[in-house]
Amino acid sequence: MLTTKDLLGIKELSREEIILILDTAAGFKDVLGRDIKKVPTLRGRTAVNLFFEPSTRTRTSFELAAKRLSTDVINFSVPTSSVVKGESLIDTALTVQALGADLIIIRHSSAGVPHLLSKNLRASIINAGDGTNEHPTQALLDAFTIKEKKGKIEGLTIAIVGDIAHSRVAKSNIYCLTKLGAKVRLIGPPTLIPKEIEAMRVAVFHRMEDGLKGVDVLIMLRIQMERQGKGFFPSIEEYSKNWGITSERLSHARHDVIVMHPGPMNRGIEITSEIADGPHSVILEQVTNGIAVRMAVMYLLAGVKRS
Amino acid sequence: MRILIKNGHVIDPSQGLDAIGDIFIENGKIKEVRVQKTPPHPPLAKGGLRGGDLSKKTGKRGTHPSFRTIDAKGLVVMPGLIDMHVHLREPGFEYKETIKTGTGAAVRGGFTTVCCMPNTYPVHDNASVTEFIIRRAAEEGYCTVLPIGAITKGQKGEELAEMGTMVKEGCIAFSDDGSPVMNSLIMRRALEYSKTFDVPIISHCEDVTLSDNGVVNEGLMSVTLGLKGIPAESEQIMIFRDIALAELTGARLHIAHVSTEGSVQLIRDAKNRGVHVTAETCPHYFSLTEDAVKGYDTNAKVNPPLRTDRDRQAIKEGLRDGTIDVIATDHAPHHTDEKLREFDMAPSGISGLETALGLSLRLVHEGVLTLKELVEKMSLHPARILRIYDKGTLKAGSEAEVVIVDSNRELKVDAGNFFSKGKNTPFHGWILKGMAVTTICKGKLYEQ
Amino acid sequence: MPKELMNEHDINRALTRIAHEIIEKNKGTKNLCLVGIQRGGVHLAKRLASEIKAIEKKDIAVGSLDIALYRDDLNIRKEHPVIRRTEVPFEVTDLKIILVDDVLFTGRSIRAAMDALMDLGRPANIQLTVLIDRGHRELPIKADFVGKNIPTALSEVVEVQLKEEGERDRVLLKKIKRGT
Repeated sequence: MLTTKDLLGIKELSREEIILILDTAAGFKDVLGRDIKKVPTLRGRTAVNLFFEPSTRTRTSFELAAKRLSTDVINFSVPTSSVVKGESLIDTALTVQALGADLIIIRHSSAGVPHLLSKNLRASIINAGDGTNEHPTQALLDAFTIKEKKGKIEGLTIAIVGDIAHSRVAKSNIYCLTKLGAKVRLIGPPTLIPKEIEAMRVAVFHRMEDGLKGVDVLIMLRIQMERQGKGFFPSIEEYSKNWGITSERLSHARHDVIVMHPGPMNRGIEITSEIADGPHSVILEQVTNGIAVRMAVMYLLAGVKRS
Repeated sequence: MRILIKNGHVIDPSQGLDAIGDIFIENGKIKEVRVQKTPPHPPLAKGGLRGGDLSKKTGKRGTHPSFRTIDAKGLVVMPGLIDMHVHLREPGFEYKETIKTGTGAAVRGGFTTVCCMPNTYPVHDNASVTEFIIRRAAEEGYCTVLPIGAITKGQKGEELAEMGTMVKEGCIAFSDDGSPVMNSLIMRRALEYSKTFDVPIISHCEDVTLSDNGVVNEGLMSVTLGLKGIPAESEQIMIFRDIALAELTGARLHIAHVSTEGSVQLIRDAKNRGVHVTAETCPHYFSLTEDAVKGYDTNAKVNPPLRTDRDRQAIKEGLRDGTIDVIATDHAPHHTDEKLREFDMAPSGISGLETALGLSLRLVHEGVLTLKELVEKMSLHPARILRIYDKGTLKAGSEAEVVIVDSNRELKVDAGNFFSKGKNTPFHGWILKGMAVTTICKGKLYEQ
Repeated sequence: MPKELMNEHDINRALTRIAHEIIEKNKGTKNLCLVGIQRGGVHLAKRLASEIKAIEKKDIAVGSLDIALYRDDLNIRKEHPVIRRTEVPFEVTDLKIILVDDVLFTGRSIRAAMDALMDLGRPANIQLTVLIDRGHRELPIKADFVGKNIPTALSEVVEVQLKEEGERDRVLLKKIKRGT
């Protein structure tokens, strides 16, 4: 059982709790393989997707996960809500709770928002991404995928490539994979890797050819177009030429390397179509696993009565 | 009203007093101070002083309405504390604090004079706002309020405000605090112009282009928490610039809220060169580090941000060796609702008047400062920097602004119980040793 | 002091008899499969499959079913039931399913198991096999094949220990300790 009522980040999870979530997710993946992809487990519960940042894929994944558990789901998107009318964040969240939400899945552009809600609400809060802090369910589904494909995580060499400084996916993955005993490497231009990150027991590389040697798992991060023109790198083209993954670069890694991407991909920029659609890619399985992992998280948070 | 404070440990650095003694106050002024080291006088009880039968023992509470005797045995008697950096929020932000509640909090904290910063609404950049503040303080203030006017109109950093007229109305210094004066030419002119009126320019040193809307110290904590960081260099670059301009102009520069090791070193070097610069720090910079922000506690969000432990030690060393002259609170009250929100959006600031003395006394308990040095940092030096020579002293004839401190009494910080409207403090629940038990100012006596 | 109700031989004889009964009632093994409820029922289902193979010389499909997600007491439990694997690698539609559990008590586990099976397909029928029926039904559920009927008090617990779990094969009757 998880010790807290919320999933705020991988930072707050112990190794044992991470393993519990992954094991539970395996059971839920079975359900997704059946014709009737539904179990009555969380019947009568209500989950609310409270998304202050636009996101179709993550929101849909949580929505499906909830529905597969027979939970009632409400989607609360900012532009159509009273937040635009000046309502405070806390008031919006309390209103949602008063509507009967047992689970609130929150995505927000400010780090620490899930923590603020956790302190002030009874409902279970699931962090679906808070600013540049964390995106814990993404890291969990990535870990699940790696474990499924490679049989284990401990001892693997895993490289994360891209805009580490602004990536909550990268941060959550760093915490998760190091807690599970993997050797984590970061690859990217120095302007996108904060110098303090080395305190998190990771190795830092600036050139793909060096960083990919002997890598078992490669996680490519999306480069955001908005970062262009701010001095982090001269141009998207230059970024792509130096840190995009190509078949030629991939040959530096182990022959059985798997390639992952949290999506959505910028084909032709950080990843070629050849690799995205090729035999090393497990990108689509990440999507399927995402539902199983999110079902597991919801089950472990809301599945039993909390006093 | 007449007050006799007996047997206290009298510390008055302005007169070099540090001994057991008595203080007699009459009609709001200090009539006489007698300590054991001075030539023997007839004991007070035998009527050695003019003006009344002092042999009447009235005890702690006093049965005679206009004559109080306070037995200050075991307590410290010092000049009332002067806080030269306070945000009273009136006019314009009365929901956060008013002159009444702010000065009430000050008195609770042992302060008898406070200087209020100009980032009010409207901005205090002209004499009519000065007049408003002075009038309100006279009507409702529990302690003396000396206003600090804005350096530039609207604090926009573009045009100088009318310093002369404001000084005439009662301003004792100028600052754009809350913001720096980013334009170096304007800052130079402000420093030059201030020499006319012999007032200090108090600088909020921050390169806002480098800060770039950061909300915590740039370092491991900002990366871990995913919050935008403000590098130490943001403060240090401006301190370097302002010291250079002070050297260039020969004006009186006072640096507000020093928070980093590098800043302390820059000021130390400048003083060694003979530059006329003074500096202040705040209790949170020597009591907390960036770790206080863990869990996204907005009560620990302050500008400049809480720094690393190395910086904290450097601040203490800067106080110890005299580089930092003053401990001020930068009392910044905010409404609870404003702090109960996204960390990025919450306003910066700590409500500090009611915890400052307790936190500062820890420096004495730790051996960083002597009690006399603490009184200098919180009373004498502010008075000297602001040239308010009738304050920060217990000299006979000066206005009676006195505080009696029990340096052993423990108090658990309870934000809910603050007199200030601002309950925003990261020190809630802390046990502090030492507090003001009696504060005398404006002809009144306050006890707790 | 727990009381031993069945020993290794008793269990084996019961399973052999049940295997014969299943074959007799179903007139052979056509369209028959076994599904065991995690965990005790799974081991017993596998044992029944080998017994049936020994008699009829035919292989019979065996699956395992986890019922945690279908439990009706999730709202009142304090701890999460552990989720185990459900492996039914065959189409259940139109098959006769022999559902196997170790102890039949209130009947709620069987109700949950039937809901789980229905979500997998539409079996031709479900026949319940248990090693022990201890009474105290709370739902109208009856076993088709029973190893042993044992009347019990509500303050007692029936525990089936199997060598697949690292114990000796036996069935124990225990008293519930206060505070357990």
